[in-house]
Amino acid sequence: DQVLRATAGDGAQLALLRALGEREDLQVDFWRGPTKPGHPADLRVPFRNLRAVKSLLEANDVPYSVMIEDVQELLDEEKRTMRLSRRLERSTETFDFSSYHTIEEVGACTLLHTHAQVCRRSGRPRARACTHACALTAPLPPQFSTGGAGRPAIWLDTGIHSREWITQATGVWTANKIAKEYGKDPAVTAVLDNMDIFFEIVTNPDGFAYTQSTNRLWRKTRSINAGSSCVGVDPNRNWDAGFGGPGSSSNPCSETYHGPYAHSESEVSSVVDFILRHGNVKAVVSIHSYSQMLMYPYGYKTEPAPDHDELDALAAKAVQDLAAVHGTRYTYGSIIDTIYQAAGTTVDWAYDHGVKYSYTFELRDTGRYGFLLPASHIVPTATETWPALLDIMEHVLRHPY
Amino acid sequence: DIDNVGHKYHLKLVLEDITEQDCYTINCTAEILYHLGNTNAAPDVHFEIEGELKSTDEQDNMFYNRMKSLKTELVAENIPDSRGHVPAELQPLRRLARAAAGYVVWQHSTEDTRYELAQVQRVRQVKRSDDYLEFDYLVLLHEFVSQEIIPWQMTVLWHPEHGVKVTQNSRQPRHGEH
Repeated sequence: DQVLRATAGDGAQLALLRALGEREDLQVDFWRGPTKPGHPADLRVPFRNLRAVKSLLEANDVPYSVMIEDVQELLDEEKRTMRLSRRLERSTETFDFSSYHTIEEVGACTLLHTHAQVCRRSGRPRARACTHACALTAPLPPQFSTGGAGRPAIWLDTGIHSREWITQATGVWTANKIAKEYGKDPAVTAVLDNMDIFFEIVTNPDGFAYTQSTNRLWRKTRSINAGSSCVGVDPNRNWDAGFGGPGSSSNPCSETYHGPYAHSESEVSSVVDFILRHGNVKAVVSIHSYSQMLMYPYGYKTEPAPDHDELDALAAKAVQDLAAVHGTRYTYGSIIDTIYQAAGTTVDWAYDHGVKYSYTFELRDTGRYGFLLPASHIVPTATETWPALLDIMEHVLRHPY
Repeated sequence: DIDNVGHKYHLKLVLEDITEQDCYTINCTAEILYHLGNTNAAPDVHFEIEGELKSTDEQDNMFYNRMKSLKTELVAENIPDSRGHVPAELQPLRRLARAAAGYVVWQHSTEDTRYELAQVQRVRQVKRSDDYLEFDYLVLLHEFVSQEIIPWQMTVLWHPEHGVKVTQNSRQPRHGEH
């Protein structure tokens, strides 16, 4: 079996790739699905169908390369190294968590872990060693899994607002932490023994690339807006929860432009589709910066969420455990009470679609550096946020619904 | 709530010198009055400090002399840089920007705004024949509620004994490319 990377050049080629995935006979499995022309898709192809798939791609002039020559070899290699976490450490040992990385570096670090998918999809009995960080960039959600299909799941995302660099950096550290602690930390082990974690680190890749190439303070997606010279939609105003209401803007030039319609942005719709299709996501934690806050729904209305008391109590505990690490003070409460009215947000949508434990973090700091937080803050921020995340995950585990 | 006048806030706050390791703090009380209607008027501010602010004469004079004796006028960009880094020799320029931006923010604040200084996009020293140091700043302010990044030009005068003066300031149009 091989993993091919194919890039559709136009809409027709994109449709072709999608159709490829639908064909039962070929059994092509997307590790990274086809989204837009120019964006790579990763396909795992069973050995017996390799020739057919490659011919199809070649006949239609779809460029591709072989990303993984021999999936089986990778699997065998896995078995040979006793504990995957040890291997992870060797390969992630040279990754500098205390500095900001380019989009390619984040992808490369996490590509090391793509064999998580191998373990999951190979159908082979899963050894403990098969659990590890598989953090990929949008739109395919990365997965930490030790078990069967359809288990209750936790969704985490960072980097939906591209200029909030501390979030992607915290995401990389946290993904690595989750992988490292499985089998060591009882809480992480308990969570992963019963639930799956999906962690999307660069949730707004176009925006992130733009912050690195052109404008460090870019927030939105990079969608072209029809009839306007202004680019981009605020991905945290584009969700179908109070969409278009006060707390978002109808002006494409605005930083809080909600977009032409709910879920117009692929960065949003891909997550919506994933969560709805999964059907068993029990928590959504969306991570932003800055302001040092932990918040729960609602942002679009003042009416308290039905689960307000429970969400508030959990937030209080998480914030306390966070402060215990480095003394960092967070405020907490509903979005509308704590920060401002905001319509069409991730967590409001999640909550209104049955995900009770919907939280959003605003990480360090409170304005002194704001978005331009020095790299020296990365590890301390990730380290202090970790117990808060764990509190939420443990609570979700112990309160099934 | 003060009828026909505006909204008055009584604040108790603690000032902390962030440049010092020893956590030097000072208690402060303040009264802020936001005027009704006329949003061109800056809020009235009255404050009292308990005790004295630390003397910074030595650092002030060092910075002053260094700037005055430069052969060519200083020019710098992107403070902090993308990674939040500020070179040591540019630290005082950033602090000066914060102080000056504080004045600008005060002049333009309402109950519905929250401004932070996001970055000094560019600073240019301007030669002067008198004692003052002059800097032409282009800063980026982050307005929290709207999430907008607002470029703002400030002409800033400073002297160790006379303090900070913002002689000119103007909001700039957003950069062409979006």
